[in-house]
Amino acid sequence: MIAEIWNWLSDSAHWHGPDGVPIHLREHLQYSLIALLIAAAIALPLGLLIGHTGRGSFVVVAIANSFRALPTVGLLTFFVILIAPHIHSTGTATYLIPSEIVLVLLAIPSMLTNTYAGISAVDPAVRDAARGMGMRGSQTLWQVELPNALPLIFSGIRSSFLQVIATATITAYVSLGGLGRYLIDGLAQQDYPQMASGAVLVAVLALLIDVLLAAVQRYAVSRGITGRYSRKRIVDPAEQQAMIAAAPLT
Amino acid sequence: MIDYYRQNSDQINGWLGWHARLSALPLLFGLLIALPLGWLARRYRWLYPPVVTVAGLLYTIPSLALFILLPGLLKTRILDPTNVVVALTVYTVALLVRVVADALGSVSEDVLQAATAMGYRRLGRLLKVELPIAVPVIAAGLRVAAVSNVSLVSVAALIGVPELGQLFTNGFQLSYQTPILLGILLSVLLALAFDSVIQLVARVLTPWRRAVPR
Amino acid sequence: MTSIRALTAAAVGTGLLLVTACGSSSNPTSNAPAGNGGSSAPTDTIVVGSANFQENVVLANIYAGALKAKGVKVSTKLNIGSRETYIPAVKDGSIDLIPEYSGVLLQYFDKSATAVSATDVFAALQKATPQPLTVLTQSAAEDKDAIVVKKETADKYSLKSIADLAAVADKLTLGAPPEFQTRTDGIPGLEKTYNVKFKTFKKLDAGGPLTENALKNGQIDAGDIFTTDPLIDKNGWVVLEDPKNLYTAQNVLPLINSGKASDTVKNALNAVSAKLTTDDLVKLNEQVSLEKQNAETVAQKWLSDAGLA
Repeated sequence: MIAEIWNWLSDSAHWHGPDGVPIHLREHLQYSLIALLIAAAIALPLGLLIGHTGRGSFVVVAIANSFRALPTVGLLTFFVILIAPHIHSTGTATYLIPSEIVLVLLAIPSMLTNTYAGISAVDPAVRDAARGMGMRGSQTLWQVELPNALPLIFSGIRSSFLQVIATATITAYVSLGGLGRYLIDGLAQQDYPQMASGAVLVAVLALLIDVLLAAVQRYAVSRGITGRYSRKRIVDPAEQQAMIAAAPLT
Repeated sequence: MIDYYRQNSDQINGWLGWHARLSALPLLFGLLIALPLGWLARRYRWLYPPVVTVAGLLYTIPSLALFILLPGLLKTRILDPTNVVVALTVYTVALLVRVVADALGSVSEDVLQAATAMGYRRLGRLLKVELPIAVPVIAAGLRVAAVSNVSLVSVAALIGVPELGQLFTNGFQLSYQTPILLGILLSVLLALAFDSVIQLVARVLTPWRRAVPR
Repeated sequence: MTSIRALTAAAVGTGLLLVTACGSSSNPTSNAPAGNGGSSAPTDTIVVGSANFQENVVLANIYAGALKAKGVKVSTKLNIGSRETYIPAVKDGSIDLIPEYSGVLLQYFDKSATAVSATDVFAALQKATPQPLTVLTQSAAEDKDAIVVKKETADKYSLKSIADLAAVADKLTLGAPPEFQTRTDGIPGLEKTYNVKFKTFKKLDAGGPLTENALKNGQIDAGDIFTTDPLIDKNGWVVLEDPKNLYTAQNVLPLINSGKASDTVKNALNAVSAKLTTDDLVKLNEQVSLEKQNAETVAQKWLSDAGLA
């Protein structure tokens, strides 16, 4: 099996043309980034707001719990049937738009819950200290709560990104490009090496992105905060919750 | 939707049964594997970082990719439901190992010392004190694994495994909303059912939590 | 201490569950052929299977209904999957009978088969079908791949047959399932038999909604759609003729485990094959896929109209 995958991957014919790895890789990243950016634009402000004001936290819980139970393939087929017939395009928009909607929906919960949890888990004493120093609400949010919440927010972004990368794989089922093409085409063509190589490529892509984001996270988060996390400790309930919230992948 | 269900109830019930089995088995296997692993990672501290890292990496592998890679590793057929069970077991273990290790780690030193003073040996203390105390946290992890398993099983329909996901692929081929909505509904209900069962078991296993008003 | 008892109980329960669950995972639906495993139904019952697309499901219901009407005990196991899955299932007795299509079935049993006409294919198929399987008399009903274009496209380039595409295909996009790229009667066949080379090839589905939508929207100019698809008529699309028989005959026929093919069973199924036509298939598909009627109901109606039940 490993030899088969190696042969497939080292065949230069698979690295050129409309079915080449570079094109499908680019499509895959493109679909994922569009979804991630839209989802972040919705989830991060909402999470900050709810975490800061403490109002509407039930929304977060409801979204997190209900979205997690929704089957991805069901959502994808549902939105495609619902929307595709109304988009008359000679390009890929017909299937891209419904697929992006699904990707965005799936990317929101992790970022939203982690942002909310990160902000609301900030030690009340720290918040009081900020107020005591004369900071106003918005200053507390940007200068105290946000930096303290960054580790959790980042891990939310990480799991959202991974979720989107995984789900972008199955959009090949509705005729989009991306690395999922190799999985779907390989199955249809009874070509296991192609399927397996595609699967390896997706897995490697996911791993690389995870490692990359971990590095960015380490670089971006204040040392004063990471120090708190590296100590021997009993499980921080907020982190525990965030870790569990990071769970569902497609 | 009710009519559709009535007309195809045999078929759909069959899929529901398979779906339940394909998501429940990995939970049981996963828990059985994660408990000793998590304990080891707690007992021998140097094991913790590698175990947690590997678990995290396993978790990043997209399910469709894993469903497809496993037959090559296990020498099973591509459509064999075993692949789904093994793949989801991997995810369940990946999720639970860290939960178990952290949950055991969260048992406070005072409790451990009290237990030791009462004459518990290591194994007895683990089974009768540490594990029961860790139940709520482990159950929380298990609930997440259960709900995401139910959702992940339906991905396997893309490679032809019989479960509720067939309602999605069939509905899609016919451009027909009803089976898709029914599939989503049944899938969510199944997830809720698992969730309730786990909560219930966790309650039964931790009677002291009810004794003290919180 | 109660928690210990509860834990033990839970552990025992888990163990039991595992045991029963392991036992049941050797169920026939698991695709690995389970040897002579205990999966076969009582010997006097015929288990009718079907592939996982609607037309095949309706046909399986028709077979089941016709057998029931003759007093045969029948159970069904529908939507099994692809040929690679259900042929082993017929061999190991998990199912006994399934509606098949002559040309593709012949290809499956004999990769080097060259027969194209309905009679040649059937004759070759009878020889190629391995024991314990056997095929019964074929029907006139046929469902095969076809290259389909919109009326406007056909008029614009005056297209009647696939051969007419040779001159213009380099301006056109073809939509077909992914396997079309490698199938001998797919892109390689179009090139070899008709010298037709399309500008681009878009991977869609096997004559499903992706191909139909893409053709409707103009994302593709020509699509691989099955001849029994009711949407061809509904949209006024043009099926290009296939004078060189690139697409072999695909007559509907029953594939059965010969141990189960008693005279009563054979007669009942032959009566179905004698009545079934391609037009019937189009109408059956229309009722199921456009009018969303239930496959079993549609099958029953056909049987009673045909006087078979």
